[in-house]
Amino acid sequence: MATLELSVQEEIIAAPVKQTRRLGTLFWMAVGWIVLVFALAIFAPVLPLSSPTDMDMLDRRAPFSALHWLGTDGLGRDELARLIYGARISLLVGLCAPAIGLTVGGALGMLAGYFRGRFESLSVGSMDVLLAFPPLILTLAVTAFLGQSVFNLTCILGILGIPTFMRVARAATLTLARREFVIAAQALGATHARILLRELLPNVALPSLAFFLLGVAVFIVVEGSLSFLGFGVPPPISSWGSMIGEGRESLDVAPRLAFLPAIAMFLTVLSFNIVGDTIRAITDPRQGSL
Amino acid sequence: MMQEVMRAASDPLLKVENLVVEYVVGQRVVHAVSDVSLQIARGETLGLVGESGCGKSTLGRAVLRLRPVVSGRVIFDGEDLTAMQGEALRKMRRRAQLIFQDPIASLNPRRRIGDIVAEPLVIAGYDDAGRRQQLVYEVLSAVGLDPALVVDRLPHEFSGGQCQRICIARALVLNPEFIICDEPVSALDVSIRAQILNLLEEMKIRFGLTLLFIAHDLAVVKAVSDRVAVMYLGRLCEVGPSEQLFTKPAHPYTELLIEAIPVPDPDVRPAESVAVGEPPSPIAPPSGCRFRTRCPRADQRCRDEVPELRPVAPGQYAACHHPLT
Amino acid sequence: MNDAALLSVEDVAVDLPTPRGNLRAVDRVDLALGAGRTLGIVGESGCGKTMLSRAILQLLPKKARLTGRVMFDGRDLARCSAEGLRKLRARSLAVVFQDPMTSLNPVLTIGTQLTETLLEHLELDASAARKRAVELLAAVGIPEPEQRLTQYPHQFSGGMRQRVAIAIALSCEPKLLIADEPTTALDVTIQAQILDLLAREQRRRHMAMILITHDLGVVAGRTDEVAVMYAGRIVERAPTPVLFKKMHMPYTEALLAAIPKLEAAPHTPLPAISGRPPDPTRPLAGCAFSPRCRYASDRCHSEKPQLAQAEARDHRYACFHPIKLAAGVDA
Repeated sequence: MATLELSVQEEIIAAPVKQTRRLGTLFWMAVGWIVLVFALAIFAPVLPLSSPTDMDMLDRRAPFSALHWLGTDGLGRDELARLIYGARISLLVGLCAPAIGLTVGGALGMLAGYFRGRFESLSVGSMDVLLAFPPLILTLAVTAFLGQSVFNLTCILGILGIPTFMRVARAATLTLARREFVIAAQALGATHARILLRELLPNVALPSLAFFLLGVAVFIVVEGSLSFLGFGVPPPISSWGSMIGEGRESLDVAPRLAFLPAIAMFLTVLSFNIVGDTIRAITDPRQGSL
Repeated sequence: MMQEVMRAASDPLLKVENLVVEYVVGQRVVHAVSDVSLQIARGETLGLVGESGCGKSTLGRAVLRLRPVVSGRVIFDGEDLTAMQGEALRKMRRRAQLIFQDPIASLNPRRRIGDIVAEPLVIAGYDDAGRRQQLVYEVLSAVGLDPALVVDRLPHEFSGGQCQRICIARALVLNPEFIICDEPVSALDVSIRAQILNLLEEMKIRFGLTLLFIAHDLAVVKAVSDRVAVMYLGRLCEVGPSEQLFTKPAHPYTELLIEAIPVPDPDVRPAESVAVGEPPSPIAPPSGCRFRTRCPRADQRCRDEVPELRPVAPGQYAACHHPLT
Repeated sequence: MNDAALLSVEDVAVDLPTPRGNLRAVDRVDLALGAGRTLGIVGESGCGKTMLSRAILQLLPKKARLTGRVMFDGRDLARCSAEGLRKLRARSLAVVFQDPMTSLNPVLTIGTQLTETLLEHLELDASAARKRAVELLAAVGIPEPEQRLTQYPHQFSGGMRQRVAIAIALSCEPKLLIADEPTTALDVTIQAQILDLLAREQRRRHMAMILITHDLGVVAGRTDEVAVMYAGRIVERAPTPVLFKKMHMPYTEALLAAIPKLEAAPHTPLPAISGRPPDPTRPLAGCAFSPRCRYASDRCHSEKPQLAQAEARDHRYACFHPIKLAAGVDA
């Protein structure tokens, strides 16, 4: 009997069941954009750019030219440089805030979903309380109290993001913790820590990460909105949102000052959404053959 | 004494004494296992059969301390499993393993087969990676899979039957003494079922195992078991040697189960089923004998008095006030 | 083909495009079923029996391509309009699925689900429909049917839910009922009750029935004719007593032998069929069963056997080396 089973396995070598879903051109374009923005943002200090803070008062709201590729803004600062330096801030907040949510919320969610009982009730309860706070008011209150800074902003946004990630992780853990492979691990005498890290985390990580990418998109917009209103990053630090806010004044004369950062934000958010969705779609592990 | 009644052999590997397992669903208590006692001798296969909701799976898991026990004891090789904690309990786990019904769900979809089968070794403290690989390869060959082709793949690349072989390999890698098989073939096709049953028998002989084989299919249970215990709604109805139990059942429920099996013979007209209705809920089980609501022989005594397991033939015990023999 | 056949499946094939290539789920199947008769279709998972039933019911997935004819009551269902099909459903064609948990809508009451079919197809008014629903529930053996009408599926046990599903299927007096593994998810005692119920209702209504299962024991006492499927094809078809007593296909023989019998002593090794069914995206040149067949010869590996007539009337099999089994009965 053993030999016959072995011969049947030649099928497996011949045709691995791994179905690689074709990643579309849209996906790669999105990845390309993200890579470009990141590269520009990271390498901004060493790029041959004009300084984003140098004001050339004689050349305000200048159109596109060889000197200033994307023109200048209302205070004569080079628009391209401002966009790139603005990207640094937008991406920084956009990445760090959901990262806080992912780590803290993810951990809480997994523990709650695994241990259940009173811990779960407590966690879920506190998340509900946190969610009940109107986020905008809370952010405003915190920044008014503690001062406006990139750090404060990131922290408060991060904390506000915890409940959602907690829910995602908890939902994933709840479905998985009852599966037989977890019970099998318990039957082997694995410690809770080992089960959480070895069995559950790899399965919870991917949906959480896919959600994280969507979260990045959301937080870029949130930070942008707050900065647009003047409550986000404090000047002279500028992000895309504050650039849009400043561009508001010049809408009749030089609409590009508002639209350029808006387009940059739009493309970046869209790209993160596309990548997030695609990754969530392909990393869904098949639970069995057709 | 219950121990006298249930004596299987001189030195049972597993003794379950008056086990009670309940759990709470919403506001209500489910009486999954109510006062079950049994023994399994070394090298024996005890079949545990019953329909869904009878508590057999819960019993299997409770024996391995995977479910909290309300009262009663489980004695494994002379040591009280129910009183063990922490490290002692983890050590005990290496000697007693579990195989599940759904082979694909029993494997972590994101881990490679080699890692899955090596996991018990890692947990048990086998630090030498080379030795681990050697043991993994040995056990995969034993279950009829080619290790080189299998270790780097993910579970979803395999069929149900192959996954079950992998699960069996995982259960065997630590060379345990006792394996609880919880419906190991119910989710498999007929032809694969026969393969896996043969494999289990072969592994039992090769590794010197004692088995508790839980299933709802009587014919399957009979094919692999030395003795069979029949369970209904949390209680044992009948226990006895396989051949004897099926040719001369003493409990009406056993007879009902036997009659309900579809026989692949066109001349055998399926009997119009004798019992009426459905099993009651384990949340509010009937008083006295729990089978009385479906039993054609039930009377007042069955309502008032819980029947105890009493010998009805050599080695055969039934919990019934009006046994068939 | 029998002219009086209610259902006649002619040269039906179902192809499914998959990332790994074309999957031929059903490979040129012919079947006929007369009114009031029961046909059992037996096979393991992946043999195509469910796809075949979906092909008959015209419930195939969007990507599937169907060739051949499905003649029901004189009409080719494959060429019927959507409206025409809709009218046929429930009135003439009904189906009971394997998992009553998912075949009933969890957010609607049983009463709603029962009466919506009645209201739609029989054009009864609400109170007449309700009355009929109560009658149907009683007929399928549900106690206290009036109270049960307002309950939801999760308040019923598995066996009860399946009875409700049967009641819904029977509500408009269909001519043909397809039961796709109706008892696989149920306990053996409940299984017996459900199969009895189906048989009783079928006799009463003179309904044709197709019983799809993987269990040869289920078809043995309850069908008039059995078709055995393997890898998308029907490999043997015969009236039930003939199939069991004079089977010709090694697969049928092996399948029967692999079932543990209650009469056998414990620890008797089971004659298992080694290997697995073939990958449907990679069909073999010869007989699909040949890699696992102990009688296989070179011819079996290279040439596909076609369905041929056996001695008995209506007995067909597809094999180059049929088993000359005649268990005490003359050929």
